[in-house]
Amino acid sequence: MDVTLSINGTDHRLDLDPRVTVLDALRHHLGLTGTKKGCDHGQCGACTVLLNGRRVNSCLTLAVMHDGDEITTIESLGSPDALNPLQDAFVRNDGFQCGYCTPGQIMSATAMLQEAEDGWPSYISRSLETDPDLTDEEIAERMSGNLCRCSAYPRIRQAIAEVRDARGMAAE
Amino acid sequence: MKPFDYARAGDVAEASRHTAKGATVIAGGTNLLDLMKLQVMTPSALVDITRTGLDGIEESNGGLRIGTLVTNSDLAVHPIVRKSYPVLSRALLSGATGQLRNKATTGGNLLQRTRCPYFYDTAAACNKREPGTGCAALEGRNRVCGILGTSPHCIATHPSDMAVAMMALGAQVEIEGLNGTRAVPLDDFYRLPGDTPHIETCLEEGDVITHVTLPAPPEGTQGYVKVRDRASYAFALVSVAAIVRFDGGRVVSGRLAFGGLAPRPWRTDAVDAVLEGKSPLDAAEAAADALLSEAEGHGDNDFKILLARRTLRRAMRELSESQA
Ligand SMILES: Cc1cc2nc3c(=O)[nH]c(=O)nc-3n(C[C@H](O)[C@H](O)[C@H](O)COP(=O)(O)OP(=O)(O)OC[C@H]3O[C@@H](n4cnc5c(N)ncnc54)[C@H](O)[C@@H]3O)c2cc1C
Ligand code: SF4
Ligand code: FES
Ligand code: FES
Repeated sequence: MDVTLSINGTDHRLDLDPRVTVLDALRHHLGLTGTKKGCDHGQCGACTVLLNGRRVNSCLTLAVMHDGDEITTIESLGSPDALNPLQDAFVRNDGFQCGYCTPGQIMSATAMLQEAEDGWPSYISRSLETDPDLTDEEIAERMSGNLCRCSAYPRIRQAIAEVRDARGMAAE
Repeated sequence: MKPFDYARAGDVAEASRHTAKGATVIAGGTNLLDLMKLQVMTPSALVDITRTGLDGIEESNGGLRIGTLVTNSDLAVHPIVRKSYPVLSRALLSGATGQLRNKATTGGNLLQRTRCPYFYDTAAACNKREPGTGCAALEGRNRVCGILGTSPHCIATHPSDMAVAMMALGAQVEIEGLNGTRAVPLDDFYRLPGDTPHIETCLEEGDVITHVTLPAPPEGTQGYVKVRDRASYAFALVSVAAIVRFDGGRVVSGRLAFGGLAPRPWRTDAVDAVLEGKSPLDAAEAAADALLSEAEGHGDNDFKILLARRTLRRAMRELSESQA
């Protein structure tokens, strides 16, 4: 089937079997291997990309369902000599060990910070109606869809908290 | 994944024509694709309903009308839901992850399949997956299975958090089928397993869920308490959605619904009826007695009987404290 995906701002026309997930389209058909495959079942978050600006698991959605949609991957965020603030914070805070979960963590954190700025509450937010306080516990709750087999969680949280502070977001 | 034909429906009528011919609806895909990869579900045709435009939330008859494609995130953060139906916001936010909630839809969430481990294991006997093969959970690892409403043919639970809150709120499901549209109270939407555990709802061939409607916001305090194996990102072992009116430290009335206990989000008038006039903790005990009088454990899940009572107590205590 013909499908056009807009990936990091560029349209890509592909002829795909309907079974191909967005993840496999990125990795196998377009050679964009920054997005990782961990579980392939929506459990680990390694495959997180932004779909029309929202974070999703690219392993659990079919490419043919996304004709015309905008997909943003880790490849678009920064480059080795010009890291974006989250990438930079992960490096400086040792926010990884093997690094396999890192692209997913960073894509997820990118969207998570935006969600908090948009006033989205989480399950643990004290109030559903006031703007959330993005405490470290809130960061952990909101990032629970990104597992880290190396258990670098404390440093991942620290890296994200640093960007939160740099953006002047509320945290008690 | 087994090969399948893929079609994109432009409107519900087109989707309905496809399902009448045996196609399976795909919305967010977060449950269906997981099960297709494992060959637990092997549809020969999918009809994609994501371009049918049913993604709006509108005020209607004093309540809300929610399009089936509204994502779990969008529903949870909608200002009216946060303000007037907080039990629903909390239930949604307690489920899955940020990534999954961005994809999961309202209709798909109602229709997600059980998390019974043998349903997922294609080598195991499972009447729900393959009618007539038996039920491996009865004598097996049935920690996540049910204690109410089960049958000797299937003891699986319904895993949704959202549906439990919607049950407490008295939601209705709007369905479009080959013979027009109809609205079904969520109370009548789910079927008990009996000897046909593979049939889970009242949906028939050609039916597509179009909306879920909520009545006007109920009076009282609302809350959702979920107990699970981890602090975050896990299905409920037991959950309670509660909407309770208090007056002078006593319960005036309440509506309770339960997750993790039964093949469907569980709610009965008999449980709600015992709450009236009691102190919060007495009401919790009486509700637990009424709820659990016929509960039956199957070994690994015996603990749910006590856990349900304790979760009820906690829900009542937290609600009464929050409104004080
Ligand atoms: C790792 C993981 C953790 C999770 N944790 C939780 C949790 O803690 N709590 C919880 O409640 N849920 C949890 N979920 C489940 C999640 O909520 C569901 O997968 C999701 O809600 C399904 O919605 P969907 O739109 O993706 O459905 P789909 O996968 O697209 O569809 C599910 C079913 O619904 C049918 N369907 C969908 N829409 C319609 C319609 N309009 N008309 C007729 N049929 C339709 C499909 O045919 C299919 O059979 C989890 C899922 C995963 C993968
Ligand atoms: S409890 Fe139901 S889903 Fe689980 S193995 Fe038995 S029949 Fe299958
Ligand atoms: S690879 Fe997609 S969530 Fe694990
Ligand atoms: S750094 Fe190794 S999996 Fe996270």
